[in-house]
Amino acid sequence: MHKLLLSTSVGAFALLSFGAANADELVTLQKDPKQWALPTGDYANTRYSSLKQINTENVGKLAPAWTFSTGVLRGHEGAPLVVGDVMYLHTPFPNIVYALDLNDSGKILWKYEPKQDPSVVPVMCCDTVNRGLAYGDGKIFLAQADTTLVALDAKTGKLVWSVKNGDPSKGQTSTAAPHVFKDKVFVGIAGGEFGVRGHITAYDVKDGKEVWRGYSMGPDADTLIDPDKTTHLGKPVGKDSGISTWEGEQWKTGGGTTWGWYSYDPELNLIYYGSGNPSTWNPKQRPGDNRWSMTIWARDLDTGKVKWLYQMTPHDEWDYDGINEMILADQDMGAGVKRKTLVHFDRNGFAYTLDRVTGELLVAEKYDPAVNWATKVDMDKNSPTYGRPQVVAKYSTDKNGEDTNTQGVCPAALGSKDEQPASFNPDTGLFYVPTNHVCMDYEPFRVSYTAGQPYVGATLEMFPAGRVLGDKTDNTGNFIAWDARAGKIVWSDKEQFSVWSGTVTTAGGLAFYGTLEGYLKAVDLKTGKELYKFKTPSGIIGNVITYEHAGKQYVAVLSGVGGWAGIGLAAGLSKSNEGLGAVGNYASLSNYTALGGVLTVFALPN
Amino acid sequence: MRLSLTGALALGVIVSVGAVAHAEAPGDPKAVKSVDGKYFDAKGDPTYNVQPDGTVDFYTFSGYRRYHSECHVCHGPNAEGSTYAPALKDSVKRFNYQEFAGIVIGGRENKTAGNESVMPSFAENKNAMCYLDDIYIYLRARSTDAIGRGRPEKKEEKPAAFSEAEAKCMSAK
Ligand code: HEC
Repeated sequence: MHKLLLSTSVGAFALLSFGAANADELVTLQKDPKQWALPTGDYANTRYSSLKQINTENVGKLAPAWTFSTGVLRGHEGAPLVVGDVMYLHTPFPNIVYALDLNDSGKILWKYEPKQDPSVVPVMCCDTVNRGLAYGDGKIFLAQADTTLVALDAKTGKLVWSVKNGDPSKGQTSTAAPHVFKDKVFVGIAGGEFGVRGHITAYDVKDGKEVWRGYSMGPDADTLIDPDKTTHLGKPVGKDSGISTWEGEQWKTGGGTTWGWYSYDPELNLIYYGSGNPSTWNPKQRPGDNRWSMTIWARDLDTGKVKWLYQMTPHDEWDYDGINEMILADQDMGAGVKRKTLVHFDRNGFAYTLDRVTGELLVAEKYDPAVNWATKVDMDKNSPTYGRPQVVAKYSTDKNGEDTNTQGVCPAALGSKDEQPASFNPDTGLFYVPTNHVCMDYEPFRVSYTAGQPYVGATLEMFPAGRVLGDKTDNTGNFIAWDARAGKIVWSDKEQFSVWSGTVTTAGGLAFYGTLEGYLKAVDLKTGKELYKFKTPSGIIGNVITYEHAGKQYVAVLSGVGGWAGIGLAAGLSKSNEGLGAVGNYASLSNYTALGGVLTVFALPN
Repeated sequence: MRLSLTGALALGVIVSVGAVAHAEAPGDPKAVKSVDGKYFDAKGDPTYNVQPDGTVDFYTFSGYRRYHSECHVCHGPNAEGSTYAPALKDSVKRFNYQEFAGIVIGGRENKTAGNESVMPSFAENKNAMCYLDDIYIYLRARSTDAIGRGRPEKKEEKPAAFSEAEAKCMSAK
């Protein structure tokens, strides 16, 4: 078994020298800044590039070099891949894949368009987004909306194999990018608003054979949790922890879906990801901690066995999905000791720094001062509530109960940050984070479960955080620099709208991100000063990437407004009778931008 | 049994299946009578009632809630539309009650290439079907700006007839 071969190899990142050629290839590819071969840039999800042809001195001269229309109007999340001379680009439903020739201004080398039953469309909550492709073993992997995972020959676009990962008639869909780590491709499942029980599945890159599947809740045999060895905050979790904190059979429709970004530490052979909200949004209907929704997971790559877990929001009452990316960075956590850390900016408004070897909680601090649903996370190891958020009663939708409107909760359900990934820059040692600055009223009520039908159970209304803070501001986004050792904001740039775009940072001293109005922006890593902006054809909810081709550095981003941002913000958020702040009338997104998927590629002029 | 078209009929929804070629436009939403706390326009279609101090009838309030749990994920907050689906506060100016009910029960597909979207059928979803009138009433109130964005602040008492119908509909098999 080649699995054995892999796990016995010495863990050193640079010294991987086992048989699987494809694993070698990915390690090499992600170290080459000329390419962008993984949806997350690298295994560690740093989204950092050592390219510096474009830098703080010359970025002001940046200009579009070429553009490409995807032919699709829906919301465009994710980013293309660049492998060698080819760019691979995905679209939202119908999930077209294009291979574009970088030697010929993006000429189409091949195109793949799956045939999918459109009945999957209405079970995709919040637009028909897709967050991109993965590359490995000479193949391009696409997780279609209808949960079919396909492997395409990277050279020709021909289908090599395909496998069905879920059932859309039960509300199971795919929105996330697949991830290739070593010799396996990993996919999750979406549908937390349809009572789907989340899982992550590993398939063999060669033939699509299922290697393992781990559920977010249920018996230990389903979750792959070892009651004696798997730990939560340093203690073994005990038998069937994925059932014992639920009432009756509620875990079967328990949510905890897995639609975010995954990371991998080859030395530890562990993969990391987060699970989403428990279903329904009405907390009264599901008493208990609802383990293991809202959890950071560390699983063995080869077996799926869980090494450790950390549940951030036990018994969620606000839809604070825990799916955001886990960034693996080695940081000096005091006394000059470098630790292998994991940094995670959760929807719940806390940024967590953990020891990724053991799962020990090191830092948990608010990364938006507006966050009010909890005072803090209990960091006292001897406390019975160690590791738990200290929920403020007034903002507890469970305590206030069904049919009561809990008002002024920050953040809103879309979180202080959603899926749009942050970047870690090793040169500054800081994290650069696209955030939301939005609060909400939340009213849970009773719902009944029907397979394949929405299972939401709460009404919410969102508004700029300034309404709760009473500070006369009306911005709904910030772009921030974060110190994950101290748990402190270093600087914060206001954005009129939620920043719903993934960031890339570079050795050129720059952070790039997109805005919902459609601007691609470059800011100085040290100060946050805006050095460049350009208005692309539509609002940006995609992630910025950078690569080099024929001696030139490029920056690329998909525009195409939509997604949850497009739904929530299209018409603006303020009450009709509110004249907030200096701008007076909080403007609606639809005054700035319209639909349309376009890739814009930037470079310095010759 | 599933809550089907017939179930919907039993709820008092008169459905004209299929495309209505020359549909009658919706009438003036002004309430002319009230039965057990529910208001009706001159044509006998359900409508809203907002008192001078902003107090809304209970159905408008209920419709606000149900809209923001079943519909807003596609149609956007406050019925004002999104990048994905149209603003229903405008749609109800064009659709009469039957047409509205027909679309929600039957669903609709937009197959324009590159812009595929689907309005799902809600025939089997009690969380929507049991509140179809309420949602329609709420949308009508939004269509004339009789109520603004956000949650109506003051509402009439929940009528006993409302609770009764709700319990019956939600527990129907
Ligand atoms: C999954 C997304 C989704 C949900 C949920 C949804 N709709 Fe729709 N709806 C759509 C789309 C997309 C269209 C436009 C379809 C088309 O272009 O033919 C639409 C169209 C409509 C229309 C016709 C509007 C017009 O101007 O043509 C009505 C009426 C409507 N929806 C009512 C509702 C109601 C009431 C609810 C909640 C009970 C609801 N919808 C929930 C997606 C949705």
